[in-house]
Amino acid sequence: MEHIPILRMGEFLLITIQVDMHDRLANQLQDDLTSSIVKHGSRGVLIDISGLEVVDSFIGRMLSNIAAMSRILDAETVVTGMQPAVAITLVELGLSLAGIRTALTVERGMQILRHEGERDQLQQYREEAEEESIPGSELVPEGGTAA
Amino acid sequence: MVEVKTTEILPVRSSEDVVVVRTAVRKLAQTIKFGLVDQTKIVTAASEIARNTLDYGLGGEVSLELVRRESDQRSGLRLTFTDRGPGIPDIARALTDGWTSGNGMGLGLSGTRRLMDEFQIASNPGEGTMVTITKWSR
Repeated sequence: MEHIPILRMGEFLLITIQVDMHDRLANQLQDDLTSSIVKHGSRGVLIDISGLEVVDSFIGRMLSNIAAMSRILDAETVVTGMQPAVAITLVELGLSLAGIRTALTVERGMQILRHEGERDQLQQYREEAEEESIPGSELVPEGGTAA
Repeated sequence: MVEVKTTEILPVRSSEDVVVVRTAVRKLAQTIKFGLVDQTKIVTAASEIARNTLDYGLGGEVSLELVRRESDQRSGLRLTFTDRGPGIPDIARALTDGWTSGNGMGLGLSGTRRLMDEFQIASNPGEGTMVTITKWSR
């Protein structure tokens, strides 16, 4: 059975889609990926599509599904490397890939994932600090003083 | 008048066939020197309609034609998808953005129309559907 390889890099998973996808391959990728996220406790998924010359509504739907499934499993998804002609075609087709984060390069995609991870950690520290501090002390919610 | 220069017929009976159709369309589009963006639009449009033929028309075939328009001597690529599926009862509604009868995103037909120069659809309930899409070189 054909598989698209999923590479693990620390708490992230990397996928490069280089072949023209048909249904079974796409479904297999969804299965493999969700299993990998759970198995490794991954926090982010990066999908590089720089090798894809065509993204039709089927592939677009697959990318949306992957992003949604990953989110439910507590992992962020970033799609990188879309070719300009593909972007033009997608928009004219009426597909805006809503809900999918994109980045031009793998490097920037990784930055986004790392940044998300840091923000989560910061949030966790804050929550822990709030629990320890007296209610109503120095930690004011953002925008809370303006009123 | 439009002169047909070559014709190639391919089956659309499986999701692998859709991949073959995309590759064949790309090759033909390159022979008449479509730019990269136009190539991508044509291949994407072909992929959308091929998938409709497969999912809603229960399979069929596509004829790929290189055509030439006498009036301005422009070359074009014309694809005709035919199936013998259940047909589309309300074509006007099927061409509306966001409308879908299946599990797609509902922009196959309306989106494809925007990617091509010409778009024709004929369907009889119970007999099948024929979609013809054409793009002319610039």
